[in-house]
Amino acid sequence: MIELWFAIIAFLWTGYFVLEGFDFGVGMLAPLVSRNAAEQRAGLQTIGPVWDGNEVWLITAVGAMFAAFPAWYAGVFSSFYLPVTLILVGLIVRGVGLEWRGKVDNPVWCDLGIVVGSALPAFLWGSVFADLLFDSALAAVVGGVFTLATCVLHGAVFLALKTTGPVRRRARVAALIAGGVTIPVAVAALSSLGTIPALASMAALAAATALIWRRREGWAFAATAGSIVLATLAVFMELRVRPLPGLTLAEAASAPYTLGMLTWIGLIALPFVLVYQGWTYWVFRKRVQVRTAG
Amino acid sequence: MDALDLARWQFGVTTVYHFLFVPLTIGLGIFVAGLQTAWHRTGNEQYLKLTKFFGKLFLINFAMGVVTGIVQEFQFGMNWSEYSTFVGDVFGAPLAMEALLAFFMESTFLGLWIFGWDRLPKRVHLATIWAAAIGSNLSAYFILAANAWMKHPVGYEVVDGKARMTDLWAVLTNSTALAQVPHVIAGSFVVAGGFVLAVCGYWLLRTRAEMWRGAARAALLMTAIAGAVVAGTGDHSAKLMYEQQPMKLAAAEGLEHDTEGAGFSVVPGIEIPKLLSFLSTYDFEAPVQGTEDLQRRFEQQFGPGDYRPDGTVVFWSFRVMIVFGLATVGLSVLGLWLTRRRRPFPAWLSRAMLLALPLPLIAVIAGWLLSEIGRQPWTVAGELLTASSVSPSVSLAEVATSLTIFTLLYGALAVAETVLLARHVRRGAEEPAPVQAAEAPREPSLMY
Repeated sequence: MIELWFAIIAFLWTGYFVLEGFDFGVGMLAPLVSRNAAEQRAGLQTIGPVWDGNEVWLITAVGAMFAAFPAWYAGVFSSFYLPVTLILVGLIVRGVGLEWRGKVDNPVWCDLGIVVGSALPAFLWGSVFADLLFDSALAAVVGGVFTLATCVLHGAVFLALKTTGPVRRRARVAALIAGGVTIPVAVAALSSLGTIPALASMAALAAATALIWRRREGWAFAATAGSIVLATLAVFMELRVRPLPGLTLAEAASAPYTLGMLTWIGLIALPFVLVYQGWTYWVFRKRVQVRTAG
Repeated sequence: MDALDLARWQFGVTTVYHFLFVPLTIGLGIFVAGLQTAWHRTGNEQYLKLTKFFGKLFLINFAMGVVTGIVQEFQFGMNWSEYSTFVGDVFGAPLAMEALLAFFMESTFLGLWIFGWDRLPKRVHLATIWAAAIGSNLSAYFILAANAWMKHPVGYEVVDGKARMTDLWAVLTNSTALAQVPHVIAGSFVVAGGFVLAVCGYWLLRTRAEMWRGAARAALLMTAIAGAVVAGTGDHSAKLMYEQQPMKLAAAEGLEHDTEGAGFSVVPGIEIPKLLSFLSTYDFEAPVQGTEDLQRRFEQQFGPGDYRPDGTVVFWSFRVMIVFGLATVGLSVLGLWLTRRRRPFPAWLSRAMLLALPLPLIAVIAGWLLSEIGRQPWTVAGELLTASSVSPSVSLAEVATSLTIFTLLYGALAVAETVLLARHVRRGAEEPAPVQAAEAPREPSLMY
């Protein structure tokens, strides 16, 4: 039961990084790949209907940690106090920026909030997890740069997949540059793990860059998503042994009764969530057109 | 001043701030869904205008509710790690359920609603706003079940210094939660109704448009009905408090010594004889425990310490809650009567309706101060003291830093939100673009 709940939490974090990974990337890139207000609006519109639902993966992952491994939850968030504070600040200014952008006369502050609020958590999540694994400042920086670069690449590929015309063209260029930066950083960040998923994650990044070069945007997106899944898997394989210095999963876990109850609730609810979130992506499956009016 | 004090301030500031937006999300979501349903049923374009107008205000507010809510979930781990470790087995379950069963639904369907005007069939689009609004209300239920457990812990045992859940059903059907849920949700509808009343009051002073009259009448009805539920459930809560949280009741009344046939003190010095006993039990002669006598008994039970909450805050917040809440409900009942059978809104009533925005908001905040400061010095009544709940590894400087950051950020956002809401209220309801069910991708009507 403990192993199952650890796997569920790993799954929720993976979902979070895959989904909000491209939200963060799009948030950072939208001003860079657009030359006018309409293009920028179109860029952000690719994530408009889905970003809030994507963020709930984080809320659920953290809620599940609290319920299933209280001591782990308490230990992680009290020991990474300031980085987590800054992550929250980022998520706040980003969320408000995205929601308010269309309702203000001059969205410059909202755009700044979206860029900063996407970059801060994208960097800090990697740095928190790297520090948790290796307990070193250098690893934390490398880990942060790795997740930041991966989010940019993931977001660039997503933008190329979901837009048309010049935005799509620039997004493809951004993806190629991001791929060139991300691969060496990934080698630095993941090679110390040395496990098969970590190595496969690097390979997937290389494949994604090659695929975007050949204009296979759909496959490239599958590759960046796969790379994030594998990297998260590699991290959680390490955390399974040592979730926090001086703490084991069994010590941190809630009692079997609680875990059993949560399992039933999760088994019933999670399929519904996956279906209606999947449906949202289906409804908004078409590429976003740049519209100058409105 | 130590880390504990600052952590408490941080919790107070971020929670009160969060709850400025939550009641509007809970009540206004249903109101907007109702407007859209009216449009769907009648085809009257005025309902569509109102749906889009209040929908926009709802979304401006919703963003703030969401982002400030995320802070709450992390804060337990950051500032209150001892608390989290002690209660996680029980308290974490409703939080995880909230995310999984309610918040996913709310966020996902709201995204569909905002961008789905032209992409979804009308019926399905209407269903998305209902799903989002119901999600918000469900969310409130789970959070309140977790909160009620802190005041009246049930369905658990303490093993090795940690609470272990023994009965999830008992936690979810805690009598305190079942009293609190309708009280808080109805209170949220009063706040949302008051918000709509204030907006309509502003517009009724400028125009005679039938649209605003209709919206105001609907909001008056919603506020009056919700107000009746708030009063009824508040009375029920007082009776539960008598049994479960006698110290809070005594502090709210400033009653120092155990008294039979206790009077209700309106303000210090003015007392209505025997009313407190009656309100607590329906028996004019029932004994009510006083703070000093309870303090003595608690010391015998739990050892030396001060088990009395801050009397001044608890006493006055109780009165502010009742007076401001009743004033709003009174205004709505009066408004319904004055505007019956198509009578026009008198100008003074429209002006008075502007007050319906601040009054219920102050009332619900006062209610939370009563509820949570009245729980002190415990985080979990009878089990864990607030002083033992704080994170031992977090320094004063760290808490001070995050408290400063959140306070400044929240202050700036409050100004921005107020300006934004005021601007959109002033712009009023514009002519809606004709709605087509066409597949052609169009600019979404509400965002970007």
